Amino acid sequence: MDWGNFAQQLVNGLSLGAIYALIALGYTMVYGVLRFINFAHGDVFMIGAFAGLYINRWLKPFFTGLPEALSTAVVLLLSMGACACLGVLIEKLAYKPLRNRSRLTVLITAIGVSLFLSYSAQLIFGAAPKGFPNLFNSTTHDLPGGASATTEQFVVLGVTVLLLAALRWIVLGTRMGLAMRALSNNPAAASLMGVNTDAVISFTFALGSALAAAAGIFFAMLYQAIDPFMGILPGIKAFVAAVLGGIGSLPGAALGGVLIGLIETLVVGYSQDIGIPSGYRDAVAFVLLILILLFKPAGLLGKSEREKV
Amino acid sequence: MSASLLLDQVTMRFGGLVAVSGLDFIVNHGEMVGLIGPNGAGKTTVFNVITGVYKPTSGTVSLGDRVLNGLPAHRITRHGIARTFQNIRLFGSLSVFDNVRCAMIPGLRHGVTSALTRGPAHSREESRLRGEILELLAIFDMSGAADSPAEGLAYGDRRRLEIVRALATRPRLLLLDEPAAGMNPTEKSQLIELIRFIQKKFDIAVLLVEHDMKVVMGVCQRIVVLDYGKKIAEGTPEEIRRNPLVIEAYLGGEVADA
Repeated sequence: MDWGNFAQQLVNGLSLGAIYALIALGYTMVYGVLRFINFAHGDVFMIGAFAGLYINRWLKPFFTGLPEALSTAVVLLLSMGACACLGVLIEKLAYKPLRNRSRLTVLITAIGVSLFLSYSAQLIFGAAPKGFPNLFNSTTHDLPGGASATTEQFVVLGVTVLLLAALRWIVLGTRMGLAMRALSNNPAAASLMGVNTDAVISFTFALGSALAAAAGIFFAMLYQAIDPFMGILPGIKAFVAAVLGGIGSLPGAALGGVLIGLIETLVVGYSQDIGIPSGYRDAVAFVLLILILLFKPAGLLGKSEREKV
Repeated sequence: MSASLLLDQVTMRFGGLVAVSGLDFIVNHGEMVGLIGPNGAGKTTVFNVITGVYKPTSGTVSLGDRVLNGLPAHRITRHGIARTFQNIRLFGSLSVFDNVRCAMIPGLRHGVTSALTRGPAHSREESRLRGEILELLAIFDMSGAADSPAEGLAYGDRRRLEIVRALATRPRLLLLDEPAAGMNPTEKSQLIELIRFIQKKFDIAVLLVEHDMKVVMGVCQRIVVLDYGKKIAEGTPEEIRRNPLVIEAYLGGEVADA
């Protein structure tokens, strides 16, 4: 066995998995407070990438002389902020009026919002893929074991870890996080204990969308091309990741994302050895979804909900 | 004595069904009032109207001189009305401490931004909050369980925690929805003591919905009786016990005639 190649697949799988994890967190958080799957989330990821492209283009003149780490952080944070606003707007306009309708209504609306965002982006940005510029000088670093990683991969992994730590602190360490957890436990009781549930739901959408924007920019950094439909597959795979980890569980979503990224990369990397053509890479996640739903529907870290009588 | 809670001609319709019809009653400051009636009389609907879960079809609900109907539930809570639920609704996976903390936070001024900056005002408030929560838990003998998840508590403790959590919102009026449900006689007598104690200790008014007459008679100074959404009687426990309309509503016409 070629350990160098294996290590390389792990590096590639981890950086892809980090992106899936960031998107999956948004699915799982929204599910936590509203109990529905926001299928427009993959399109927020796409908008995040475009926001990064244009913000970088507009601010380019101001970046001369600034260290690259700083200008990259500015692009990242502004795109996250823009998508946070977009997420709140989507929730207020599309989902909030349907708060007391059946979940199926909201789910179908989410698919509508997803199509609306994709085709609006096509109308505005054009259907052809756009090149994503290098936000910083990139080199390839050799790792022990014969693998190598690009600077982009380091940045993706490092910033993802930072974002996960920040998210953990918000959810477990702040009052807003406590309100989120209370709401996800029992929405009716939370509002009757004085928690402003609308504000908490908006905050949740903002948080999830900001993470999706970061994922969008990371994806664009790694693949260097973006298009209005780039959100569909990563969006669905991240959804599978959230289900794999246990929908509603934040550590589960992060774990699921990393696992899906690793499995997908390994299947492609070893396609000849295991006899699965690499063209099936996108099918991997869906086969996994079927297996999870058959054998462990609550997911790896999810709690199976007991029906109360 | 000022009227704490005032319901004036409150009607609640769901489509063609009139759940509550032209209901008037008051709960004075510091008073303990019982709201009783047969199943389906509209007692829980009255609670839901008072707490803002439902907006009344007509009529007004006010607390002090503030009109409450139309306000969202969390605003009404902040104006001083707290409740417990017929079927316990704790935040199951959160700790006992966090359940209480969650109810205290909305009254505070410092939100996410001050948590980010971690100013001295924030940490002062945070430690004061911690003290108050532990004190409250100590009053109800629950300090030992502060860090365990609420769903792991025994049934009686979960009921008690719901009351503690409601008190943590610093209410002027506490609504208790069938607090004795599922309790054995010993627990019921303890509950009566507990409600009396709370009323004195926190100087609040209590509105109690309860099927168990021993608890209602033991706690309340005044009782309002509902049947089919209408008030059919109001008075002291003694008066209610002897009221023929009440007996009929509870036992049915024939039995009352017999």
